[in-house]
Amino acid sequence: MEAQASQFMAENPEHAPARRRPAEADSATYDREHRGTVGEVRSEVPRMRCTAVNVHYGDKHAIRDVSLDVGKNEVLAMIGPSGCGKSTFLRCLNRMNDTVVGCRVSGEILLDGKDIMAPDVDVVPLRARVGMVFQKPNPFPKSIFENVAFGPRIHGLAQSQAELEEIVVSSLQKANLWGEVKDRLAHPGTGLSGGQQQRLCIARAIAIQPEVILMDEPCSALDPISTAKIEQLIDELRRNYSICIVTHSMQQAARVSQRTAYFHLGDLIEVGETDRIFVKPQHQLTEDYITGRFG
Amino acid sequence: MTQTPLLIVLLLTLSSLAYHFGRKRAFAVSGGRIRTLHSLPAYYGLYAALWAVIPALLVLALWLAFEDSVITRLVIASLPPETATLAPSRLNLVLNDIRNLVVGNIVSSEPDAAILAAADRYRDLRGISTTALFAVTLGLAAIGGWFAYGRIRPEYRSRNAVERILKGILITCSTVAILTTVGIVLSVLFESVRFFQAVPITDFLFGLDWSPQIAIRADQAGSSGAFGAVPLFAGTMLITLIAMSVAVPIGLMSAIYLAEYASPRVRAIAKPLLEVLAGIPTVVYGFFAALTVAPFIRESGGLFGLDIASESALAAGLVMGVMIIPFVSSLSDDVINAVPQSLRDGAYGMGATQSETIRRVIFPAALPGIVGAVLLAVSRAIGETMIVVMAAGLAAKLTANPFEAVTTVTVQIVTLLVGDQEFDSPKTLAAFALGLVLFFVTLALNVLALYIVRKYREQYE
Ligand SMILES: Nc1ncnc2c1ncn2[C@@H]1O[C@H](COP(=O)(O)OP(=O)(O)OP(=O)(O)O)[C@@H](O)[C@H]1O
Ligand SMILES: [Mg+2]
Repeated sequence: MEAQASQFMAENPEHAPARRRPAEADSATYDREHRGTVGEVRSEVPRMRCTAVNVHYGDKHAIRDVSLDVGKNEVLAMIGPSGCGKSTFLRCLNRMNDTVVGCRVSGEILLDGKDIMAPDVDVVPLRARVGMVFQKPNPFPKSIFENVAFGPRIHGLAQSQAELEEIVVSSLQKANLWGEVKDRLAHPGTGLSGGQQQRLCIARAIAIQPEVILMDEPCSALDPISTAKIEQLIDELRRNYSICIVTHSMQQAARVSQRTAYFHLGDLIEVGETDRIFVKPQHQLTEDYITGRFG
Repeated sequence: MTQTPLLIVLLLTLSSLAYHFGRKRAFAVSGGRIRTLHSLPAYYGLYAALWAVIPALLVLALWLAFEDSVITRLVIASLPPETATLAPSRLNLVLNDIRNLVVGNIVSSEPDAAILAAADRYRDLRGISTTALFAVTLGLAAIGGWFAYGRIRPEYRSRNAVERILKGILITCSTVAILTTVGIVLSVLFESVRFFQAVPITDFLFGLDWSPQIAIRADQAGSSGAFGAVPLFAGTMLITLIAMSVAVPIGLMSAIYLAEYASPRVRAIAKPLLEVLAGIPTVVYGFFAALTVAPFIRESGGLFGLDIASESALAAGLVMGVMIIPFVSSLSDDVINAVPQSLRDGAYGMGATQSETIRRVIFPAALPGIVGAVLLAVSRAIGETMIVVMAAGLAAKLTANPFEAVTTVTVQIVTLLVGDQEFDSPKTLAAFALGLVLFFVTLALNVLALYIVRKYREQYE
């Protein structure tokens, strides 16, 4: 079945589906040699700077020699076919891969010039500075208030109850959720709609005032209206934070991001200004992907 | 009846013949084109086989159930009138003699002619019955098979018929299980009602004095016959409390360790080891409690100048707690594992440490399930018998002191029923009343626990 499909694709490239396909099928059509990156990997005002990052899951080399900057006040979109390592790379940026059994990360990742990979780095303050929003909204089974108050509490950000309330309210306001939940802060967060839950998770992430927010397909479980709200929110958050967003929607990448990085089978193929990438991609693989020649 | 296995083998043989011919016939009527059959040929075979075996087996079961009482009736009817009209208990002795004669056992008294004649008659009747049973069941099997065989046509929906029959069999089996339970509960209920006719229910439930020795002779001393069950409830609660205060912390923490901290290797070894604890027979725990733990507690109490009974609530409770650990830990482990990984990721992603994640996210999320697990463990502890029989003692004392000997509901049920007592004395019937209380308490706990667990499951689905 799979083999038939790839054969069909090889013969009729213009018929290739633009949807996600497993990485294995691609490897038949493209070489497995390491490919360098084209475009500007560096940013003028970097917040995070990754150099020669490699990730292995057991024997599997999931990220190969990736160097990439996340600029200040910019939204960096990561796109690429399924299984190419976008989530894996994203999870390096706040060392969430530490929690994955069998995952090894090497290379240099600087946050404001300091290496976060050093063995003596404590992940607790790191993750307070680099927050994360997941693909599936995952509010804790607690009240809306407690969800947002979770981070400030564990990091001891509020000296008093009043201060805590202030943080919660302003985070909910920044996440454009305040108006919808202000009458029911004591209700469980799991009772909200999917889009509201995702904004609650964003409010939870920004309640600890991170410098960088990582978002892994934050809208893939949401309807278009909720998606539009979150995209608008991302645009507003850019004023204060750096944002890395993984997305499968090229329209979304084009709408929200300033820079775009295209990953392919663990390699970072091309990085550049979003406007330029979508209009004039330099690498053949990038062009194939964004013109929908293969998914 | 000794030939029953042979008969069953014959029936099964007939039935497999029916299967074979049923299938053959299905092929035949299809004219070689199986597609024209409604069902696969095997279903036609199965249909014939089931028709051959089920009615015959039903008749066999009924026959065996009633054979003995019918034969006995007939034998009694043939006895000389002066024997046949004896009191039921005496008559039973005579019948026993007859049966013993038939199988060639030693007989209690020298048999007279009437008894010998009755024994012969008994033997004859049994012979006739056996022959008739063979004839009837095998005939029925042949008729059933033949009937089904005759119905085989291409358009006959044998698959549906077989499915219906199988469903019927399954329903019958579950009905048997349910009816047995209902029967047990009802019999306990009726005996309890009889007990409450002798002892008022309020005396039983609220009385503070338990000494179930009933005076057999009017002038017997020291046998008051008081049936106040409060000391038993208190003893049960005390021991359960001690057991839970061992089992809940240890079980819960080992569950947390296994679910959250242990590497897959450690988990693969530790989990089965914990479950071995659950496989130890309770009687082994019992003598461990009585022979090792209780003396140890008494001696170490002695070092501190404490006076501890050799059978103490503490010893029984501690050992029972150890026994329940795997119960709590494996249920809690399941519950903790059911907490979605995304919640852990969410907490770690906020910079929570592992223990913060467990305390603030995983434990609250799993709490309802853990409460359910603990309630199930409590009902297990309340119903546990062997350990307390061996280690907790028999003294029905109303005390909260864990160093004293106490007794529990289950222990008293055991002691009430062993020993020589008339079946309908209040002493024996009290066991049923205690059983009923136990049944209701554990039932309520289980229902509550299952309700909580289920409610919690729905939250994540
Ligand atoms: N925990 C893991 N253990 C082993 N291999 C993994 C693990 N997580 C990911 N991988 C592998 O690493 C590669 C990259 O996975 P990753 O999840 O980063 O892909 P992705 O680009 O995010 O895909 P998607 O768009 O489907 O989310 C995949 O081939 C995947 O099979
Ligand atoms: Mg992913």
